[in-house]
Amino acid sequence: MWILLQIELFKIFRRPRTYISFAAIASMILIIQLGLKFDGKSYLQLLMSGISDSFYVPYELILNGYLVAFVILNTLLIHVPLLVALVAGDMVAGEANMGTLRLLVTRPVSRTRLMLAKFTASVIYTVMLLVWMAFLALLLSMLFFGTNDMIIARNDVMEQIGRNDILWRYFAAFGYAAVALSTVAALAFLLSVFAENSIGPIVSTISIVIVLTILSEMKIPLYDNTVKPYLFTSHMLAWKGFFYSKASGDGQAIPGSVENLPAILRSLAVLLSYIALFVTTAIVVFRKKDILS
Amino acid sequence: MTSSIIRVTHLSKSFGDIRAVDDLSFSVNQGCVYGFLGQNGAGKSTTIRMLLTLVEPTDGDIEIFGMNLRSHRRDILRRVGAVIERPDLYKYLSGYENLSLFARMSGMKVSRRRIMDQLQQVGLADRADSRVKTYSLGMKQRLGIAIALVNDPDLVILDEPSNGLDPQGIADIRNLILELSRNQQKTVLVSSHLLSEIELIASDILIVDRGKKIMEGPVGELFDPSRMVVEIQAVFPEKARQVMVSSDWKDRLQKQRGDTFIFELGREEIPVFNRYLAQQGVDVLAIRPRHSLEDYFLSLTSANQHVDTFTN
Amino acid sequence: MQTLKLYGLYLFCLLIRPEAAFCQDATDLVQKVKAKLDQVNDYQADGTMKTNVSFLKVPQAQVKVYFRKPDNFRIRNDQGISLVPKGAVSISLNNLMKGRFTALDMGTETADGQKVRVIKLLPADDNGEIVLSTLYVDEGRLLILKARTTTRESGTYEVDMYYGKYAAYALPDRIVFTFNTKDYKLPKGITFDYDDGSRKNTENKVAETKGRVEIIYHDYLINKGVPDALFH
Repeated sequence: MWILLQIELFKIFRRPRTYISFAAIASMILIIQLGLKFDGKSYLQLLMSGISDSFYVPYELILNGYLVAFVILNTLLIHVPLLVALVAGDMVAGEANMGTLRLLVTRPVSRTRLMLAKFTASVIYTVMLLVWMAFLALLLSMLFFGTNDMIIARNDVMEQIGRNDILWRYFAAFGYAAVALSTVAALAFLLSVFAENSIGPIVSTISIVIVLTILSEMKIPLYDNTVKPYLFTSHMLAWKGFFYSKASGDGQAIPGSVENLPAILRSLAVLLSYIALFVTTAIVVFRKKDILS
Repeated sequence: MTSSIIRVTHLSKSFGDIRAVDDLSFSVNQGCVYGFLGQNGAGKSTTIRMLLTLVEPTDGDIEIFGMNLRSHRRDILRRVGAVIERPDLYKYLSGYENLSLFARMSGMKVSRRRIMDQLQQVGLADRADSRVKTYSLGMKQRLGIAIALVNDPDLVILDEPSNGLDPQGIADIRNLILELSRNQQKTVLVSSHLLSEIELIASDILIVDRGKKIMEGPVGELFDPSRMVVEIQAVFPEKARQVMVSSDWKDRLQKQRGDTFIFELGREEIPVFNRYLAQQGVDVLAIRPRHSLEDYFLSLTSANQHVDTFTN
Repeated sequence: MQTLKLYGLYLFCLLIRPEAAFCQDATDLVQKVKAKLDQVNDYQADGTMKTNVSFLKVPQAQVKVYFRKPDNFRIRNDQGISLVPKGAVSISLNNLMKGRFTALDMGTETADGQKVRVIKLLPADDNGEIVLSTLYVDEGRLLILKARTTTRESGTYEVDMYYGKYAAYALPDRIVFTFNTKDYKLPKGITFDYDDGSRKNTENKVAETKGRVEIIYHDYLINKGVPDALFH
């Protein structure tokens, strides 16, 4: 199993295409960082327009590395599923297209193990994308913009987090994002089993994610309690929950607290169930599949 | 002494309504070169894919090395090497990387020396570190064979190995198969739609058509003296043709190639037909009986499209 | 003109209240309170700042409060960020009583079980930021317990002051600053929020809500000098 995983990782990371994702993430992050470096204040003024009437807003302090990282994650995590699908959707279909799938399957290796190795490899790729993102978005921003307390805007409230209370939240958020993106990987992986070239699963994965995200974000009461809680896309943004603190009785944010941890854990459980469902289905289908490519 | 390496019984495979393989039974003895013949679409590839567990049979059983393929898949595959149709590989990896990757998947401990030895054998040592993208078709085919042989298999399955190769490449493959069989005592199953390829190397053959077995047996026993294929070369083909098609012999005519007419005749009919031609004033330049699988196939299937497929 | 207006007010006092002398008393009282405040040329203090505003979720912050006469006032958070409500600076008591004003005695009231005198201050400057302040004064200790200020631009503020160790300098141990805020809504399309499924009560919110900022002072350094740089 370990050898299979090594081989799958070797194949992923020897492909030039793999690095497109890393380059794409780097350029997106650098563009956001540059924009905020030079015009961060206007962006903040827009964000803070609701409170700048009643408060003195120290924009130059608020625009720090932690906030920049948050803005980057907010913007990027919506697009990264595309990059994840690019590799995960290729795992089986790409080999079918190249004609190497039949060589793989005639090795003395069980198809289940082969599939598990392939999925694990896609998850590792996803995690590496996130580590890369964390490195650039968080570390680089901390270097460029310095650190301070973080003030983030939610729909109807602003959250302030003490600077010593932030890093663990980022680790938790990245951990959660890894699971969320692995769900996308699992979906792309499943669709990959049905196709003989990788365009199909990649495009369908992205389409499904987009359609479901729109459904998740629409404020239509009809969907709110019926479909929304069951869509995995409704739960993909739960990483943000780690940045929301509990409030004490007199309205203070409690350092080190998380507003609604049970909700985040529930979301996590939903995502994990989806991963299990997608991967199991992929394996069952692949075990019975006639390899005709 | 000769034991069956492959035993296939009542094997069938349907894709929807299409019956690709229909109640096929055959067995392959140890150490032989087994030729598997049929047109494109006759069911050869589907059968080979079932032998390699790529395709699940609808019905029937496959035993390899005396073990059931379904229950001992991994034990069997560990001892099998195969090249299936086109030699598709990871184009963005080098030949060396491709070979070592598949060797490791076969559960082997891989040393650089062993991989290089293998590449040396197929003449690719000097291109070991070039990407497969830059290889010619023949080089890819040789690399595919190196991959098939890297785990030192007892059974080698080659599906249309000569496809797309130049004459030198075809000759190389032929020599390799003979080498594997004679000097390394491996059992080789080789499929082709070219009879001329198979007849030079196979000790036994199986012919399939539309998923069904037409004939199986040792090459030497396949000729039926009562139905020989004879080439008759005439001086004036136009006149000869007129005579032939207006006679009672016209149903025996299989094909005309320039001044040569191919007839299917019984051994004792040859002098009778020759006499008839002479009487009709047809000047015969030569009469040659043909002893080849190709002709044999002609005698088995009289349909003309077969003749076209197999003789071109 | 200015004199005329003052005179008019004075007259107004006389008319409304027979005990017109109170007007004069009120001014006296304010002057006394001011004099007490004037002992302090500058101070710096450590404080704990608590913000309680419906749309802000902010942790308790350690701040430093700096003051220097006549009206330099600054709340600084050197370890992090503190959003300081506008108006919190202009409510510095010295600020209320700077310049010329008319003091009106509005009688006494009981606040927190304590009898206080209510004084309204009308700034002489018509165009100043402060329109009207109401002071609730502990006459015995010459301390302002509560001040309500109506400003031209930023609405009405209220400051409650609780005194302890530094009562002699008229410096509170704790102040609570109450102000009006507009409800806050993130501009649309900025972010996808995570909806954790919990019901949020958005309908009952009134557009105008009260915000509170509380500062608990720990240590005062009085009249030791405060460098200019700290006010910038």
